[in-house]
Amino acid sequence: MLLYIVRRILIMIPTLLLTSALVFTIMELPPGDYFESYMAELQAQGEGVDKAKVEFLRREYGFDKHPVERYVIWLTGMLQGDFGYSFEYQMPVADLVGSRIFLTVLVSFATILLTWIIAFPIGIYSATHQYSWGDYGLTFLGLLGIAVPNFLLALILMYLANVWFGTSIGHLMAPEYIDQPMSWGKFVSILSHMWIPVIVIGLAGTASMIRKIRANLLDELQKQYTVTAKAKGLHPFKALVKYPLRSSLNFFIGGIGGILPEVVSGAEIVAIVLSLETTGPLLIKALQSQDMYLAGSFLMFLALLTVIGVLISDIALAFLDPRIRLQGKSTR
Amino acid sequence: MTIPPLPAPGSPLEHYVSGKPFDPKSIERLSPAQERVYLASQWRLMWWKFLRHRIAVVSGVFLAVLYASILFCEFLAPYHYQTRNIDRIYAPPQSVHLFHNGRFVGPFVYGQTYTLNMTTLKREYTRDTEAVYPIRFFCRGDSYKFWGLFESDVHLICPAKGGTLFLLGTDRLGRDVLSRIIYGARVSLTIGLLGVTISFFLGLIFGGLAGYYGGVVDLVIQRIIEVLQSLPTIPLWLALAAIMPVTWSPMVVYFAITLILGLIDWTGLARAVRSKLLSLREEDYVLAAQLMGASPVRIISRHLVPGFMSHLIASATLAIPSMILGETALSFLGLGLRPPITSWGVLLTEAQNINIVALYPWLLAPAIPVILVVLAFNFLGDGLRDAADPYK
Repeated sequence: MLLYIVRRILIMIPTLLLTSALVFTIMELPPGDYFESYMAELQAQGEGVDKAKVEFLRREYGFDKHPVERYVIWLTGMLQGDFGYSFEYQMPVADLVGSRIFLTVLVSFATILLTWIIAFPIGIYSATHQYSWGDYGLTFLGLLGIAVPNFLLALILMYLANVWFGTSIGHLMAPEYIDQPMSWGKFVSILSHMWIPVIVIGLAGTASMIRKIRANLLDELQKQYTVTAKAKGLHPFKALVKYPLRSSLNFFIGGIGGILPEVVSGAEIVAIVLSLETTGPLLIKALQSQDMYLAGSFLMFLALLTVIGVLISDIALAFLDPRIRLQGKSTR
Repeated sequence: MTIPPLPAPGSPLEHYVSGKPFDPKSIERLSPAQERVYLASQWRLMWWKFLRHRIAVVSGVFLAVLYASILFCEFLAPYHYQTRNIDRIYAPPQSVHLFHNGRFVGPFVYGQTYTLNMTTLKREYTRDTEAVYPIRFFCRGDSYKFWGLFESDVHLICPAKGGTLFLLGTDRLGRDVLSRIIYGARVSLTIGLLGVTISFFLGLIFGGLAGYYGGVVDLVIQRIIEVLQSLPTIPLWLALAAIMPVTWSPMVVYFAITLILGLIDWTGLARAVRSKLLSLREEDYVLAAQLMGASPVRIISRHLVPGFMSHLIASATLAIPSMILGETALSFLGLGLRPPITSWGVLLTEAQNINIVALYPWLLAPAIPVILVVLAFNFLGDGLRDAADPYK
């Protein structure tokens, strides 16, 4: 077991290196750099541009160096906890992201919890009542959740919330709490605003989760041990939850690692529409304005979280399911 | 009871031989219907199984009709997608009526009178129930270039002479929303198809290499897949879309976006191919082919791929809707397609803020075909997946 964990951790290193190279390349690919677009913007506003100043800034941030050299500097910086500097906000990336990460985590966790709370009962119901009207109806609702573009749903819900409840439009809190330190009132305000983003972001995930639970549970319910258990007169609850459901959960544990990028990437557009103070809009804006250290470090951070998540779910799988072998080689 | 004496050693054994002609099916007769099933080919079985999935069949027909319609969108749309009606900006939808004052006149719309409210500066349209504009069929209207080749002006339906026909209202330039949706289908529907084709081939190639060779190749490809899957998709699309120079023509942008969607989507398919190959390559018939000296390319393409092609097609079908939604998302952020190219995503960018939802809700109409198409592809994919394993 220990050997397996060590090996899995060692495999993470090349994966992360590859990711960092990919992220850096993508950041480098667009023609020009932040300073060029900055200059163009200044010129568009009719302000004079001091070429020397721009050149100085460029040298200061190391943009006169070869890309490979800059990549190495960026990478070693990150290893030492220095995530670079955001040109747009004139702030270290770590501070900028750090101030928003709490809300992102809060929204993401609420979303994931909601997804599970809704998806499990519905998924189990659909599987045990396969091809019933309830199954068809719930499946259709779930598919509808996938099919509606979520930014549109956000818009409509926002409109309805405004008409029906008079909730202020967008944001995660009432306007007077923005940029205020955390307080009880602010916390309550956040909770009362959070339901729209949580529903909108969670909907597509819930729908696909229902389908997966249904499919996996159906596979187990058709197996002979379940039939035997029922024939022996085992309590229906035990014959459903204790054995088939438990062994159908492998996909679920295996998928924990992938949840995070899914939630974050679904959340970005919704967050823009609802103008939430989370990290999503920050990332999108950074990508659009070529604020490359902000975007790059943030993407790397997400990738790291994902890789760790995958590691955890692999280890959990190996622990929880004795059928999974650690020896890597499949039986021939 | 006496035991008959054994025959002498060396002499032939006596045994009973029936004189009737040999019929292997004499015990269990197959009805003609059963025989038809047992003798049917795999693809035929799949087809039968697919037909049993009613919703999937309906979805398939619906999609086929839609895809056929994109061939003739110039003819089907009542207006050209760029025709502007400056005096009909943000006009609400006109509904079709059949009876006027209790008298049957066939399908017609009432006219609209337009006034600008000088206190709120709002455009107000009121229905003019005196002006009856019968809809014309197979008529001459806006001229267009059919497939960009030859000039024509024949439409399936057009407004009455001097009247208007905005069944889904107009947008901020007074362009007919319905016509723009019909034209937009051309881009929105093909973008998913082209994207999936690209990701299909990438997935087949990389998954095939990883699954067949295993070892180092497998390890490297697995890492690449892991890397791509560890990054959230939308930032990846954005970053790649940001690379495109602004100077590119809309047509090139269109192909670039299909390429981007395909380049990021292939990982799931590659994984499926790999795991299938890993289990199939241990089969005896592969060993036999190898011993007979078949090349890896031949073994993969002739013996292994047909074994799971049906599964692949099903998963590719399920991948199309995410591409269609991806295009709307990219366009929504202003990084996808740009006007004058019209797609459903581009149309939805018009409905970006809450004022539009409150004042001009008909601009949300392009969402309806998006939802319907995504639903239809999901049902079709479900049906195909169920049919993919006809022996179950």
